[in-house]
Amino acid sequence: MSGKENSIRKIKKMSQNMRRNVLEMAYLSGSSSTHFGGGLSIVDITATLYGSILNLNLKNPEDEARDRFILSKGHGVLGYYTALHEVGYISYEELKSFEKNGTFLFGHPIMKRSKGIEFSNGSLGMGLSLGVGVSLSAKKRNLDFKVYVLMGDGECNEGSVWEAAMSASHYNLKNIVVIIDKNNFQQTGSNSEIMNTADLVLKWRSFNWDVFEIDGHDIKELFHTFSSFKDQEKPVAVIANTIKGKGFSLSENNNAWHHSPISKSQYRLCLNELNNESS
Amino acid sequence: MKLNTSMIKMWSRIGSRASFGMAALELGKIHQDLIIISGDTSTSAGLERFKNKFPDKYLDVGIAEQNMMGIAAGLSSEGYKVITTTFAPFQTMRCCEQIKVNLGYMNHKVIMVGLASGLSLGILGYTHCSIEDIGVLRSIPGITIISPADSASTIKATLKAIEHDESIYMRLTGPVPNPPVYSNDFDFTIGKSNVISDNGSDVAIVACGSMVHNASEASKLLQNQQIKSKVIDMHTIKPIDQKMLDEISKDFKLIVTVEEHNIIGGLGSAVAEYISGISFSPPLLKIGVEDSYGDAGDYQALLSEKKLMPHQIFELISAKIESI
Repeated sequence: MSGKENSIRKIKKMSQNMRRNVLEMAYLSGSSSTHFGGGLSIVDITATLYGSILNLNLKNPEDEARDRFILSKGHGVLGYYTALHEVGYISYEELKSFEKNGTFLFGHPIMKRSKGIEFSNGSLGMGLSLGVGVSLSAKKRNLDFKVYVLMGDGECNEGSVWEAAMSASHYNLKNIVVIIDKNNFQQTGSNSEIMNTADLVLKWRSFNWDVFEIDGHDIKELFHTFSSFKDQEKPVAVIANTIKGKGFSLSENNNAWHHSPISKSQYRLCLNELNNESS
Repeated sequence: MKLNTSMIKMWSRIGSRASFGMAALELGKIHQDLIIISGDTSTSAGLERFKNKFPDKYLDVGIAEQNMMGIAAGLSSEGYKVITTTFAPFQTMRCCEQIKVNLGYMNHKVIMVGLASGLSLGILGYTHCSIEDIGVLRSIPGITIISPADSASTIKATLKAIEHDESIYMRLTGPVPNPPVYSNDFDFTIGKSNVISDNGSDVAIVACGSMVHNASEASKLLQNQQIKSKVIDMHTIKPIDQKMLDEISKDFKLIVTVEEHNIIGGLGSAVAEYISGISFSPPLLKIGVEDSYGDAGDYQALLSEKKLMPHQIFELISAKIESI
């Protein structure tokens, strides 16, 4: 088996583990509930990034050479903390403390570099500007790390996103990758109902970014796409077509699962689906 | 930097914004890891020379203040010393939530310089005046707020700000030329107010920014009427100099605040919040913009309309003294 095939197999396994932990965290959070749908839609993206693409240094989480990952759609924490757990930043016990008083793992990320959390996020439309600042720093200091910013398609409603998009190409940044989790929903409805983001490929391309449109759940495609960005000519936007609530029949494309508590019977149903899938 | 009279006179002539540009040149010489970011306001901020001399330390973000604060925080998180600048309303309110999240919540250190705050751009209307900036930013934890009294103070404040351990909002006010409050070298310590004049303990006048000069002039008029006053340059509004407020609360019959800002949320509010906890503190007269906008007009006309000219400050204080 080639190195690439091994990587893809490893990412697939990681993604399965992450969905299992997402389910458990969502269930344990009880009535405080979680952003289930938007957490699940990014799992395959974060599994690929953390499983095989990002250059990380667990022994020195502030290593200047590390790649930076920014979860601009901060509510996607279920798909973020579970990835940080898979690579060793967060222990299983810490993962289970999710949304409990005294934890560092709340419903939006709170900056904690020692645990791999680069920035605090939660207010939409701010992550890309931070990413542009970090990316400029790398350019000025001739460091060759990359900055990955994961955003939502609903997040693209925010005007600040486009200020930042305009600036990344103006500064000719070749070390920044934006991934749009295009699950076609936002909090209270579909993008087309609430605020039509229309053709995001065209929009990002018109801001002078290189744009790739891919299946955000096809790990092979995610892996090959992210692996192809070694020598960027421009800032890169990946429009990842995803399914909100991906992985469980009750939540897929069902916006009722944007932020909902999960009952015991629903938890068992989802767990059965996971067990059937892995057997 | 040791100041002399001729430097003070020269900076006074060019005003606070151009003086900030002079201070930026000094910082550029000293700090390798400095970045000054402007929102398409390099000329307004007196940064043309800086831009030409240190092109690698200058960044223009265009007319996009939200992005400016995100980029500033990103650079700061990588260890840069970052200064941002644009006109005060855009430096504070357009990007207010970015300031909250990036500077307050995450503690990334950025020095924000709000140009032409107060009423000095009155001829352009209240889109460009800024009577709300102190109030808006004072409620965000982790932001020091400074309003220098004159050009020399602006230079001193800028040089001190770069060494400060938290984010700063530096509010530049006043006309060009900017009348000097300090005629000789002086100490500028963030958080420690300066006594400008002291001829007795009837009235303590606590002022900030351009109003320190007008308060000093009013103090002279008060003295003519046998009303003794002490004028304090409260250049740091947050954290407020509690020691000075403790002292004047003990000794004076009346405390007056004077500011080119709404009387809600600014220096007057900050003083009121503190002295309200002191038993038997004297009454407080808050002089400033009384919670209203109005028609556009030139600087002097607007100061007059808002009762912030020296003789008007004198009259307001005299009337208050008579009533107590």
